[in-house]
Amino acid sequence: MTAVRRRLAPYFLLGPGTIWLVLFFVVPLYYLGKLSLESGVLGGFEFSWHWANYKDALSLYDTQFVRSFVYAGAATILALLLAYPLAYTIAFKAGRWRNLMLFAVIAPFFTTYLIRTLAWETILSDQSPVVSVLQFVGVVPADGHVLATAPAVIAGLTYNFLPFMVLPIYASLERLDVRLIEAAQDLYASSRQAFVRVTLPLSAPGIVAGTLLTFIPASGDYVNAQFLGSAGNQMIGNVIQSLYLKQTDYPSAAALSFVLMALILIIVLVYIKFSGTEALMGEEAR
Amino acid sequence: MKAWNWLRRHAIAILGGLVVVYMLVPIAVIFFFSFNDPTGRYNFNWVGFTTEHWGNAFGIPELNEALVTSLKLALLATLISTVIGTLMALALVRHEFRGRRLSNFLIVIPMATPEIVIGSALLSFFLLLGSPGLGFETLLIAHVMFCISFVVVVVRSRLIGFDRRLEEAARDLGANSFQTFRLVTLPLIMPGIFGGAMLAFALSIDDFVISNFNSGTTVTFPLYIFGAAQRGIPVEVNVIAMILFFVTATAMGVATWQQRRAEKMAGVRPDQEETAPVPGPAAPASA
Repeated sequence: MTAVRRRLAPYFLLGPGTIWLVLFFVVPLYYLGKLSLESGVLGGFEFSWHWANYKDALSLYDTQFVRSFVYAGAATILALLLAYPLAYTIAFKAGRWRNLMLFAVIAPFFTTYLIRTLAWETILSDQSPVVSVLQFVGVVPADGHVLATAPAVIAGLTYNFLPFMVLPIYASLERLDVRLIEAAQDLYASSRQAFVRVTLPLSAPGIVAGTLLTFIPASGDYVNAQFLGSAGNQMIGNVIQSLYLKQTDYPSAAALSFVLMALILIIVLVYIKFSGTEALMGEEAR
Repeated sequence: MKAWNWLRRHAIAILGGLVVVYMLVPIAVIFFFSFNDPTGRYNFNWVGFTTEHWGNAFGIPELNEALVTSLKLALLATLISTVIGTLMALALVRHEFRGRRLSNFLIVIPMATPEIVIGSALLSFFLLLGSPGLGFETLLIAHVMFCISFVVVVVRSRLIGFDRRLEEAARDLGANSFQTFRLVTLPLIMPGIFGGAMLAFALSIDDFVISNFNSGTTVTFPLYIFGAAQRGIPVEVNVIAMILFFVTATAMGVATWQQRRAEKMAGVRPDQEETAPVPGPAAPASA
């Protein structure tokens, strides 16, 4: 009796969550796929294996697709370049400032995402001192703009997803056994060698997790492109959003969503194959 | 030369400090512009200082309504997802069973899916289903869905460091399994559950993309801001954003302090021996 109860216990514990996730995540994805193969106009969609939706959507919006991945990739690389020194500082150099710096990293989460993005609109607007400085230094031409350009969108994406890069890297650096670095130095590694051959490889799981957690939301984002970009900076998210909510062309929108999902899933699976789910789940290998 | 050496030695820390400043600049902008006195409808350029909008923080009925909806939604979504997620975390950490890998996969995948895909998939689902019509219920379903995975991740990381001998001790002292859970397990994993709940609340109250697809005519705080962005955002939005900031930051600070105090008192995390030793006569002289 107790043996049976013990065997069944995990299924009871998992039950409610599994049902919720299957019903409201897996099944909706199935409907998304079904919708993407329908044809007709609003009110009279019909399932007809209409693969043309995919062909049409992809040929119409391939620019936005490519742009999304380019912007998201650029933002991910920038975030990594900013996040690593910060995570390293917090983990090894901050001393009693550690908690305060950690707080600064998560502080943006305490203000609404949209308001943060709108604050960037203020910071990058033509009248802002930041733009004046950039013009003075010559990064931006004297009569040039920053707002409504690709760099503005990339800057916004970088900012908004930076904490997702910092926290996993910090977690992996914090777990790192400092004695390994000391051992490398005892064995006459220069501090650069010790970093490249000990610290960096040991923080790789954090980098992998951070890269995924930044790249995935950035590639599907449309808020930054909407507020910080112009019509020429539209990402795939903007297209999906507009097809769904403004033009009610559900099948095309669903097809685009499905392709985005599939591409991301491929990236994630490659990453997981390469590093295990542990990195994403924040648990150590067992 | 000396200055150069100093710069070289501290280059990483200086860079780290600059990144911290970068993270805080937009928050400072939001704060300063909550005292702005714009002439037109757009709160983009600094005009003059006024505390008028702080006095009038809750003076815009639609904004208040959106805020109340958001709070209600976030509280309910947090409650449901925390309970469900904690149960899942318990199963995954404590039991070996068939389908474990599949369960892990089911939990990871929503976190690895762009919000716009989740939002549009749920919209497709609700549209084809026909009922319930889009509104508070569909928002709640969506919010619980995307919070569950995050709760599981936070709670399980806490459970992994759990010393199960404490439960065995309780059993040896005659506690039944329910008593053991309520009196030993639950208090010890409480900080993890609390952390998961805080994260769920933050995700829910901040969500825009998924909500935008599934809200119908219901307006949450982020949806209000998005709508208002077209016609000019009232300064009160900045004020409320700052109030939310201070409240959540304080709650976070108190929670962290409580957790650290509890850990010190219980000394339950043997993996952190380098922290201050447990005070009192119960502490062993040498471990």
